[in-house]
Amino acid sequence: MTTEILTATALKKYFVVGRTGWRDRQAVTVKAVDGISFTMYEGETLGLVGESGSGKSTVAYTTIGMYRPTSGSLKFRGQELFQNGGQRPMSLRKAIQIVFQDPGSSLNPRRNIKQILELPLQIHQPGKNRLEQIVHLLEVVDLPPEYMYKYPHMLSGGEKQIVAIARALATNPSLIILDEPTSALDVSVQAKTINLLLRLQKEFNLSYLFITHDLSLMRNVASRVAIMYLGKICEVAETAGFFQNPLHPYTQMLLSSIPVVSVEEEALKPKKVLSTGEIPSPVNIPSGCSFRTRCPFAMDLCSKIDPVMVDTGKGHSVRCHLVSQPAAA
Amino acid sequence: MAEQVNLSRGFAATITPQQIAQLERASRRENLGRSWYKFSRNILSVVGALTVLALVLLAVFAPYVTPYPKHAGAFVNFAHAKEPPSSQYIFGTDQIGRDIFTRIIFGLRSSLLMGVMVLVLVVPVGVLLGLVAGYFQGTWIDALIMRTTDIFLAVPPLILALAVASVLEPNLWNGMLAVSLMWWPWYTRLVYGLASATRNEFFVSAAEVTGASTAHILFREILPNTISPIFTKMSLDVAWVIIIGSMLSFVGLGVQPPEPSLGTMVADGARYLPDQWWIAVFPALAIVVVVLGFNLLGDGVRDMFAAEGV
Repeated sequence: MTTEILTATALKKYFVVGRTGWRDRQAVTVKAVDGISFTMYEGETLGLVGESGSGKSTVAYTTIGMYRPTSGSLKFRGQELFQNGGQRPMSLRKAIQIVFQDPGSSLNPRRNIKQILELPLQIHQPGKNRLEQIVHLLEVVDLPPEYMYKYPHMLSGGEKQIVAIARALATNPSLIILDEPTSALDVSVQAKTINLLLRLQKEFNLSYLFITHDLSLMRNVASRVAIMYLGKICEVAETAGFFQNPLHPYTQMLLSSIPVVSVEEEALKPKKVLSTGEIPSPVNIPSGCSFRTRCPFAMDLCSKIDPVMVDTGKGHSVRCHLVSQPAAA
Repeated sequence: MAEQVNLSRGFAATITPQQIAQLERASRRENLGRSWYKFSRNILSVVGALTVLALVLLAVFAPYVTPYPKHAGAFVNFAHAKEPPSSQYIFGTDQIGRDIFTRIIFGLRSSLLMGVMVLVLVVPVGVLLGLVAGYFQGTWIDALIMRTTDIFLAVPPLILALAVASVLEPNLWNGMLAVSLMWWPWYTRLVYGLASATRNEFFVSAAEVTGASTAHILFREILPNTISPIFTKMSLDVAWVIIIGSMLSFVGLGVQPPEPSLGTMVADGARYLPDQWWIAVFPALAIVVVVLGFNLLGDGVRDMFAAEGV
């Protein structure tokens, strides 16, 4: 029942951003993704949460094939996505699709909706009545067929994002990467878009890699949540366990930071950890545990040794010395 | 394996193919209407368009609209040489008695032909090179194309045109060739900048990751986003090409006498300034009208293609 659809093992993506000095030049690299491992199962929604600069979009772009990983492996249903140097086969391009954050930039302003939806159909569903397919696609995402000949600038932000979702759906994919699909939208439209995504997931048995910085959204959408910090995953858990029993201090800090309205809601928060400082530059990552500069529980050990992921049971894994070496605390 | 869902279930009851065709026609009409609105919002654009249209019609029907078509060729009438403007010769006559009005209209032919032909040669080449270099920015393809472009741009344009025109036999066609050779790098530069910015847009990434061909990405995704500056530059460049063509004629490397050309007429007439001013001034004014017409048209074209709702 729980077959793996996407498996990342020690996935790394470094960007060379410059060089130091003029003698003895060394590359300055940004460790955007620094050795992450995760598994996604068929039909689930894995929420990948992190602050800006944590490398979550890099994971998305690497999975979809815009970037080649520096090292590590990424497998789709057991098939390695980055075979030596070769182009990604069409079957994988069909199976994995993406919805970008900003629909203003992801839809070509000079092409109408029909032309936008036509491309993936042309490539991946040849030989069928294309007009019929487009009408049906629009129908599936609840847009009137009259939108076919509209241009993106005639649509609202939410409608544009729905067109982007329809485009991803056009190839009949199994895995859709959602790169902050609602963060550019109004709150009222966000809810509508999320509901559409959930309905489509059920209807077409889709798996979502849902990338966001909105932790509260994950409670309702994700089956499992992974927290990223400076290119590494610090905690992965089933959504329920994650919100009830966060183990990593960073997760606790994020959960404490969710804005709430009432005192009752505030009381529901598991553990209060005040948010301090900002995410350090990924060019200059702190030694040992990268979170120690902001961690209220930092110990000597933390600056020396980077903790490893430990499984605490029920699919709840965490990467923190407080859990793995409680004796040292 | 996930259950495969058939996306093609037949038409919904909500719309028929006829209705779709109707929608398409309606949207085409709407787009045309909007383009015309944006173009005609500025009355000067319309003036420019009408001027250009009038000039083209005059040039095409030159033998029928001019009073002395014979004066366009080798014709001499010293009895009427250097006559000032009169009801008989509205722009006067030149140093060998030819009607200047007639010769201006015939001169328009080579000027317009030059302007149009140079762009027909230059734009496809320049745009294609710019698109390719911009899309493959940072690779050896980019370096090869753009450094070649730089070399051409480093040579002073008129000198290059003069060199080519003087090596080859001086005539209208070689003049066009010379001007084309100095002109394409500007289009490559323009499109290179636009294409290298557009290729970073997510819609290009979306097409790439879904498996679109390079040709699709170049011509269907990137090119439409560069078309507005290209058209604007084209309509402004017609005027420039005509000026350069006139310059070449002026120094004797373009159209050869007795074939009339605006540049040659100004050159010849300059010797009779200021007493027989009309010989030089009317052809010069004709150049001004042509250039102004195309410039105004260019402004309108720019407005017409201006992006919407951004």
